[in-house]
Amino acid sequence: MANTQDFATLAEARLETTASRLRELVAHLRQQRAQLREEWARLITEAKLLTAMTKEEIFAEATSVYDNYVEALETGTSEALQAYARSLSERIIPRGVETDEVVGIVLLLRDVLARSLFAKYRTDFEVLSRVLDAYEPAANRIAITVAVGFVQERERVIREQQEAIRELSTPVLPVRERLLILPIIGLIDRQRARQLTEQLLHAIRTNRAKVVVMDITGVPAMDSNVANHLVQTVEASRLLGATVIVTGLSPEIAQTLVTIGVDLRTMHTVGDLQGGIEEAERLLGLDVVPITEATPRT
Amino acid sequence: MAVPILKQGQYLIASIQDALTDADLQQLRDALVAQVGRHRSRGVIVDITALDVMDSFAVRTVRDIAHMTRLRGAETVIVGMQPEVALSVVQPGLSLEGVHAALDLEEGLAFLDEKATAARGGRPGA
Repeated sequence: MANTQDFATLAEARLETTASRLRELVAHLRQQRAQLREEWARLITEAKLLTAMTKEEIFAEATSVYDNYVEALETGTSEALQAYARSLSERIIPRGVETDEVVGIVLLLRDVLARSLFAKYRTDFEVLSRVLDAYEPAANRIAITVAVGFVQERERVIREQQEAIRELSTPVLPVRERLLILPIIGLIDRQRARQLTEQLLHAIRTNRAKVVVMDITGVPAMDSNVANHLVQTVEASRLLGATVIVTGLSPEIAQTLVTIGVDLRTMHTVGDLQGGIEEAERLLGLDVVPITEATPRT
Repeated sequence: MAVPILKQGQYLIASIQDALTDADLQQLRDALVAQVGRHRSRGVIVDITALDVMDSFAVRTVRDIAHMTRLRGAETVIVGMQPEVALSVVQPGLSLEGVHAALDLEEGLAFLDEKATAARGGRPGA
């Protein structure tokens, strides 16, 4: 019983000292701010990190990172730092700053600060060890926060770009009255296939299309999921009253489709886009002839 | 809610205006199959523009209407299907195979006229 109590008070005391150590640490870092910041900026340049930025920019960013860093050490919460890391990432990602650079500079700052602690307490290893006990976990947590914030921001940018590419890559184009062309370029995954189908069906309705030519010359490969989705798209379009003609199946895709046994009876296919449009015109009752042949008739 | 069936020349037109219960659907099927004979109709148009969803029973009933009326000498055309409905109907397990479809009432009538002309012209299966 007495032992447990001892442990409890001991743990409490340790917690207390950790807090006071951190306070001491923060005071030290504030005091040495100008010098340490200078040192850090110098190391960044030396290590050839952040080469995309000018010296002045590096110094300005270094100043705010330093202040945020010390603040995070002081308060123990990393929210402010997280927000700053995010805004920093937003600013530097478009300039081509890589993940290793960001992690690198944060680790450099950690080392600079640790070195200054070594210098301050070098006479008393006992105290140094305890200061480091308080400093290291906090510093590591900050490094992780910044790295994660940066990576998350990058992923967000990538997601946005994927979304943009997806929307750009599936245009539905009216070429004649009641005739739509849907050129598909690039790999189709499940999500793109679904989006493509939705766009096509709505376009059929708004354009009152009767025939759709879907050209897949630009599709390098296709798996059974996508092939089945294609068959479903053709069927769904039929239910809206439109005939779908698929053109430009590459030899590889033709082989894949037959090998995996996709049911293609409902698919209306023509060799190339030109043939597809001619077939579509036939279905629409249009006849395109050279002017010289057409004039005598009318 | 019973679906009104309108006679328009050689065709019957059933315009569904609201979500239907299974019993309503069966009633519609029975009425159409009966009236095709009574009016000697050559075509049936089922307008489902107002439907936002179709469950498997509705899909099966519509398919049954198409197949039954064909046996009694009339082609059925489904018109006005919403894109979302079309997407859900082509999922595996449901099927409207062999059922004609058109964009809207106008297109449906044009389709039936075409069929009738082709039949008169002695071109079966066109």
